[in-house]
This record gives sequence, structure tokens and C-alpha cells, in this order.
Amino acid sequence: MGHYQRSLGLETQKRLTNMTLTNLPAGQDARVTAITGKNAVTRRLMEMGVIPGVSVQMVKTGPFGDPIEIRVRGYSLAMRKNEADSIEVSV
Amino acid sequence: MNDAAHNHQITIALAGNPNAGKTTLFNSLTGLKQKVANYPGVTVERKEGPWSVGDKTSKLVDLPGLYSLDATSLDEQIASEIIQGEYTGVSKPDAIVAVVDATNLERNLYLVTQILECGIPLVIALTMVDVFEKQKHEIDIEMLSVLLKTPIVAVNVKTGRGTKDLAAKVNEVLFTQPKSPLIFDSSGDEDEANGRIFARYNFISNAVQESVWHSDQSQHRFSEKIDRVLTHKFFGLVILVGILLLVFQTIFSWSSLPMDLLEQGFGAAAVFVRTQMPPGILTDLVADGIIAGVGGVVVFLPQILLLFLFISILEDSGYMARAAFLLDKLMSRVGLHGKAFLPLFSSFACAIPGIMATRTIENRRDRFATIMIAPFMSCSARLPVYTLMIAAFFAGQTVLGFISVGAILMLAMYTLGILVAVAAAFVLKRTLLKAPPPPFLMELPPYRVPNLRTVFQNMLTRAWLFLKRAGTVILAISIILWSLMYFPRSEQPSAGSEAGTTMTGAINAGDGRQTAENEPPPESEQLKNSYAGKLGHAIEPVISPLGFDWKIGVALIASFAAREVLVSTLSIIYNVGKDENEESETLIAAVRDAKKDDGKPAWTPLTALTLMVFFVLAMQCMSTLAIVRRETNSWRWPIFMMAYMTVLAYVAAFATYQGGKLLGFE
Repeated sequence: MGHYQRSLGLETQKRLTNMTLTNLPAGQDARVTAITGKNAVTRRLMEMGVIPGVSVQMVKTGPFGDPIEIRVRGYSLAMRKNEADSIEVSV
Repeated sequence: MNDAAHNHQITIALAGNPNAGKTTLFNSLTGLKQKVANYPGVTVERKEGPWSVGDKTSKLVDLPGLYSLDATSLDEQIASEIIQGEYTGVSKPDAIVAVVDATNLERNLYLVTQILECGIPLVIALTMVDVFEKQKHEIDIEMLSVLLKTPIVAVNVKTGRGTKDLAAKVNEVLFTQPKSPLIFDSSGDEDEANGRIFARYNFISNAVQESVWHSDQSQHRFSEKIDRVLTHKFFGLVILVGILLLVFQTIFSWSSLPMDLLEQGFGAAAVFVRTQMPPGILTDLVADGIIAGVGGVVVFLPQILLLFLFISILEDSGYMARAAFLLDKLMSRVGLHGKAFLPLFSSFACAIPGIMATRTIENRRDRFATIMIAPFMSCSARLPVYTLMIAAFFAGQTVLGFISVGAILMLAMYTLGILVAVAAAFVLKRTLLKAPPPPFLMELPPYRVPNLRTVFQNMLTRAWLFLKRAGTVILAISIILWSLMYFPRSEQPSAGSEAGTTMTGAINAGDGRQTAENEPPPESEQLKNSYAGKLGHAIEPVISPLGFDWKIGVALIASFAAREVLVSTLSIIYNVGKDENEESETLIAAVRDAKKDDGKPAWTPLTALTLMVFFVLAMQCMSTLAIVRRETNSWRWPIFMMAYMTVLAYVAAFATYQGGKLLGFE
């Protein structure tokens, strides 16, 4: 793994690891790795259960591309792409 | 024992997430004995009721739903402060019943962990256990209770099963030693606040892991299947518009009969008063001021009730959240929140409940922006005005052979209101109420069959609040208006009052026109010389560029209290009698024939159109201003609303009339 990492540029590495909710196609399961951002929405997002380690599922996007709906801890949560961008995931 | 009960009434707070079944539980525990009011200074509902716990009667308080004690909206703030005993005027609860939805366990338990940190005696009421188990999951309540260090009682909010056990358990915890509060600490290397959140969920996950078994999660839930259609990118919107139109249409068609009945009832009451009481100021005040004033509000009750009924059904079923989801993008382009949809939609019946509904919008500036534009949604009070104008000047005309001009004009007026609202929101959010685009974070609750009892109770309480609020203000204004039109008394023949009574009685009997033409009608003379009439003359120079004469001016002044008053005022001015409405043939004819002081017709189709445009945009409802004052907690906003809407209305009416003249429509 280390050997492979060294041969990729830094930017590419970042892109591979920093996938966010908005990158997920509909129906995709993933696990939250980090929450970036430090505003009131981020805090509320975490209080609603979206914290590192939890598994989520991307359900769908609304008309015009916003908002999106995810499944987390057994319920459906809607948020804007803006908020979803601060949730880093890995599949 | 009795001393304790007298000295200190036990207060128990019902806390929990929205959609957890809290209100249904509250209703089943307190029944019809609940009292609904408002927390001082705001229009957040305050619901309390008696609940017997052990041998005492406690005061059960239904708090607004909240997700966390770290509040993000006004609703949540109040609930949070009450729980922590920091809300002046509400005593700190002696115990808390936390309503937890079993189908949504982990997130619901987050609030519970925060309450545990407060050290208040706590009992969990676990709801929807039957639904949970139907999904083939299992839950060991005993084990969960031990792991959470909190007693749990399963209740079925629909049937009421378990409520006695709940009361018994609450009684148990009431006077036990206050537990040392739990402490959740961050594990060190994270942001402290975040760390606490993680620690709480850690605690929750551990407890849930040991006591709950989830079946295969990948089976499609019923709600998800419905949502494939209802929140479909394209069909979802189409269905939404369809549902809205249907609700709209139903409200208007179902309410017309009760409204007619109510109108007749109040008319009969006025006649009764005039025939039973001796003629004089008091009789006139009661018949024309008070009965007419109260009647003017109550007549809208059928529409208000139906609106609240449909809103309750849509909310309870879970559809409202989907509507906000679908419309959010559109609304946020203008700077509004998806949740603004419900208040704005309600405003089509009446802006007062609509403005009250903005309390779910978290951000203060977004809330105010929604409040400021709500009155542009053409409310039902404008309908009599539109109807009268259309019947008098656009009746029977069609376009393309089958579409009535009247219907087109109605639609145009509604659309004008919506367009101006959108523009106003856009401007406001960029200037006065500038704020970062509102975040959108909203739960989409599973679809549920609405609980009829909750729905009806909801409908009745909100309608009652509307009546109290609008009623008192409109009543006061009606009396003031009545005085302006009544004083100073002009010289009348001594038989004048009787003639008035007879004339009104005769008009009610249907042959009034003849009588009115034979005697100099005292009504219009009275009006001419009254303070109201003088005011009408005074503003004539201002309104004549809009095509209005002083008589219309008097009606305009009167309608600034309440829009529908225009119709009754015009009736008086044109000597048709006080009790005519917008469908009366005589009033319609009178409007067509009305002449200005110089003999030219007072009304043309263009004037009628101008008046409608004015009514779409003008702020002509004292009750609305009163509500805005309460909601924004200052006089600045209602004054600003009055000013900017009046200016917009004037400019638009000016443009309509002058523009129409230029195009040759005079």
C-alpha cells in the first residue's frame, strides 16, 4: 500500500480518500469517515447521528439536484448538497 | 399528603423528537381537559393538562418536539429551556417523560442522554413497539433499561395501553433521590463539543447493540416504495401541485354552504337585535358594530377549519416533509427555506395561521422573510372583493369561447400575489434580512395513517387560537370603524331610525329597492357627513390617479381593517343596505350605475381591475399586523410591512390604471 501511495500524486491521493456523500450514486451504502466543517449545521448533523463510523445509504436526490435523502441509523434524513459535502465517506 | 399536593403541584414535562408520538400520547393522557395557550411573547403553543400520577394530579406539559437540548429553532429553544428549568414562568419539571420512538431508537435516545446529564428524574415512554416488531426486529426492553440506567415503559399511543404503567413508574421516580447526572466526555483529542456528541452516541450504540436485534435491513420499507413516486424528480412535483390544487378546491367548495349559513345567521341576529331593542346608539352599535364585526370573522371559520384539517392530515401522514423536500431548491433560489412552504400555503386561506406556522423555521431572518411575504398569498378575505368586481364588470365574458374571463382574472390575481412575494423575498434576503442561505436538514418520517383524534384536536385548537386572536382585533376595529361612519350624526327626521329599521327589514324581505327609492335614504347622507366620509374626501386627491373617487375612498379606508369590509361599505355608500353581499344583484347593479360627483361613471372595468390589483398587494388586515407584532416581538416589522405593502399596492394600482388609460381602456 505504501509503495503504491508514493507513486501517486498528492492531489490524486486526496481525491481517492476524500469522497463525500455527494459522490455516492443512488442506492450506495457507505461508512462515514469524517465530518469536515465546524458550523452549527455540522453540529446538528452529528447530533442527528451522522458521526464517523456510522453506516449510511444514499437514497436519492430531489428535483433540480437538491436536496438529497440518505438513510442513517434507521431513518431518512434530507439535506442539501452543501451539507452533504462536509460528510466524508468510504464505500 | 394533601398538604404536599396543595403546596406544590407536580409538573411533568413530555419531551421527545418530533414525530415520536408525543402529542398523541399527550392527548391520550389528558384527554379533552388540556389547555392550550401561548408562551409569553411568542406564538409557540403551550399545552398543559392534568394527569393523575399515583394519588396526585400532576400538570403535564407537552413540549415542542426537539432533537437536542442544543436548540436551533425557537420551538426547540423553549423546550430546551423548560427542561433545564431556565424558562421564566414555567416551573422546572419534577420529572420528565421522554417519548422515544422504537423504530428510530438511536437518534431518539440522543436527547435522552442529554436529559440524563441534567439529573432530573426520567422515565422513557417507548412508542411504536408494535410497528418495530412487525418489521421483524426484536427489542429486550428490560436489558435496554438496565444499560441506559433509566426505567422504560412501552406504550401504545393509539390504544392507550401502557399508560397506567407509565403513571405508576413516574410516581416511583418522582421523589427518589435525584440521580447523579451522567457525564459524557470527549475522549481528548477531538473538539470538546464534538467529542461529547461521539461519547453520547457511543453510550447509545453499546446499549442498543446488547438489547436490540435488527432483521435483514435490505427489505424495502413501505414508505420507501411510496416515496419512489411521491418524491420522484418529476412526478413528485406534479403530484404535489395536484394535491395542493385539490386541497384548495375542496376548501373553497365545501366551505361555501356553511359560510352562507353563517352569514344568514348573523344577518338574522342583527335583525333580531334591531327589532327587539329600542332604536338608538346602543342598538346600532350592537347590530352594526358588534354583530357585524364578530360575524365578519366567524364567517371565515369553515375555511379555517378545513384548512387546518387538511394541514393536520398532511402533516400527520408525513407528506408535508416530502413537499418541503421537493420545493426546497426552488425556494432556496429566492432565499427561502423549504419549510416556508407550509406557512405560505396556509396563507391562501388566511395569513394569520400561516404566520403562526413559521415558528418551525430555524433561522430568525428566514422566518421574518417568510412572515413579510405571507400576506401576498391572496387570502380568502380578498375573495368577496374579487368576486364583486368580476361579477359587476367581467361577467359572462369568455376567451377562446369557453374560458371565462372571470376565472382568468382570479388566477391572474393569485399569480400576481405569488410573483410579488417571490420578488419581495428575493430583495429582502439580499438587503434587510441578509443571511447565509438557510441550511436544510430535515427528517423524512415514515408514512403513517393520520390519527384522526390527533388531527381533529389539532384542528380545533389552532382554529380556536385563530378566533381568539383575529376576533378580538377585528371586533375592536369594527367598533372603531363603525364609530367613524356613525359620527357625527347628521340631521334625521324623527322617523329616520324607524325608517332605517323598516328599510333594512324590507330589504331582507326582498323588496327593499322600492322603499329605498321613495325616501331620501338616511344611510348614505349619514356616511357622507361622517368622519369616515370626511376622510374619504381628504384622500381623494391621492387616489384619483388610481381612478377612485371619494366614495370608493371611504370603502378603501374601511377595508384597511379587514378586506371583506369593502363590500359591506360599498353597499352602504350606494344605498343598497347594510346586509348585502358580493353576490347581491342589487349591489352589483348599484356598482355599475354608480356615478362620481361630476356625473361620470365611478366604475369602469379598468377601475375594477385596478381595485383588484390594489387588494392583491395592500396590507389591509389589522389582525395580521397584530400577529406580526407578536411573532417578531417589535413594532418595527409590522410598521415596515404596512409601509412597503401599501407603497407596492399604490404603485401597482397606479401603473394598472394609468397604463390601462394609455392603452385606451378607459
